[in-house]
Amino acid sequence: MSKLSFFLGCIAPNRYPGIEAATIKTLEKLGTELVDLEGASCCPAPGVFRSFDKITWLALASRNVTLSEEMGLDILTVCNGCFGSLVDANNIMKEDPELKEEVNKILKEIGHEFKGTIEVRHIIEYLSREVGPEKIKAAVTIPMDLNVALHYGCHLVKPSKERHLGSVENPRFFDELVEATGATSVDYEDKMACCGAGGGARTAVLEPSLQMAVNKLEHMKAAGVDCIIDACPFCHLQFDVGQTEIKKKFDKVYDLPVLHYSQLLGLAMGLPLNELGINQNLIINEEFNKKIERIRGGANE
Amino acid sequence: MSDIIKTSDFDMEFRDEVFKEPDADKITLCFNCTGCTSGCPMAEQEPEYNIRKFLRMANLGMKDALLNSPYLWYCTTCYKCQERCPQGVKNVDTLLKIRTIAIQNGIMLDNHRKVSQLVIKLGHAVPINDDAKEKRKDVGLDDTPPTVHKFEDALGEVQKLLKISGFNELVAEKEETS
Ligand code: SF4
Ligand code: SF4
Repeated sequence: MSKLSFFLGCIAPNRYPGIEAATIKTLEKLGTELVDLEGASCCPAPGVFRSFDKITWLALASRNVTLSEEMGLDILTVCNGCFGSLVDANNIMKEDPELKEEVNKILKEIGHEFKGTIEVRHIIEYLSREVGPEKIKAAVTIPMDLNVALHYGCHLVKPSKERHLGSVENPRFFDELVEATGATSVDYEDKMACCGAGGGARTAVLEPSLQMAVNKLEHMKAAGVDCIIDACPFCHLQFDVGQTEIKKKFDKVYDLPVLHYSQLLGLAMGLPLNELGINQNLIINEEFNKKIERIRGGANE
Repeated sequence: MSDIIKTSDFDMEFRDEVFKEPDADKITLCFNCTGCTSGCPMAEQEPEYNIRKFLRMANLGMKDALLNSPYLWYCTTCYKCQERCPQGVKNVDTLLKIRTIAIQNGIMLDNHRKVSQLVIKLGHAVPINDDAKEKRKDVGLDDTPPTVHKFEDALGEVQKLLKISGFNELVAEKEETS
């Protein structure tokens, strides 16, 4: 059994706990044990902290990293924002001795020291590299015959110089994981486009941020998909809460259910529906639920 | 005639400050192909938001115009521009540095200040609430996540860190606006 510490971030545990629960259970079935990263905080949110004050951003992110260093474990994240913040901070601290010294002075005051001994992983990148689609396929008990619109999000693959995950315009590694669950990843226009939430834009300028989501939703809907699959609770929130805001502000209705990959995997592994939190979303689509029920037969109860 | 920009309006110290960000000086290599702006998903929504123009303004030292532009806060940091720039310009990293300078000059959106203060108070930008506690129980999790929400000492560490790093002061409500 491999072991990682589970960095929760803010939105998964405090808004979409189904993502947290689904991640713990599905990874366990794949042979990875997740250990609580006790006392972790906000990553901190790159959109605000990183541009406000680099040292604060580095220090708070490094504190989260040191908690896992102290346990001797690599970190797993389920969020593109947390991943971006923690990976970038971890790399900067490893590569820049001056910044490391400055940040370690702050960390010393609260009883920690950044050593640079661990790596930060993202669930999608981890599953793709360390587990692989074949092993996932073998663990699937109910192939989820769904047409899905896959949303990579930005900070999983970009900046590519830091991420080393291949093409940023036409990546395949996440599609392969989705297809391992029995679903079809449907091509749609401008698939790699941003959801509009990042960089503090959702907080700063909601309307244009939502307009970007509208563009994506239009393209997804036109491709005739059953649902959206994402890899980030913030993109998840932008699509889920965003659809209700878009309805109010722009009078447009899409009714597209939003699932994090861990939740799709949970469905395909036959985990009980209520433990995956899919119906805790704001967007509930009865037709979609019936389809899931048909595919899963008795496994829903 | 009005509003002729004079070279004396250009603040080269501001430009030097921007160039302290590693590789930000690569904006001098820009050959105006417009690749960054033409692919920008935010520019598609709001044409006034123009990353190419912003970076050229930074190169000219147009501090006041840049720092006071409401569009400074529109970028989602999707990195599409930076990935496609043929000249290796660090479009996003440079823009973030300009935001940092704005913050240091006391220019901050209220909503961003609120998020910052949530982290100072609770250690989370999006903290737990009663609805989320119920949802956590429904999926079989403890109602409080094992984060700073559960461990008071850990929250104390975070609060101390933010005080020492100067963040509290940076995002504090200014007397005259409160
Ligand atoms: S893509 Fe690069 S070279 Fe082209 S206009 Fe933008 S910054 Fe300049
Ligand atoms: S990172 Fe910002 S400026 Fe660049 S393409 Fe994305 S939204 Fe536009």
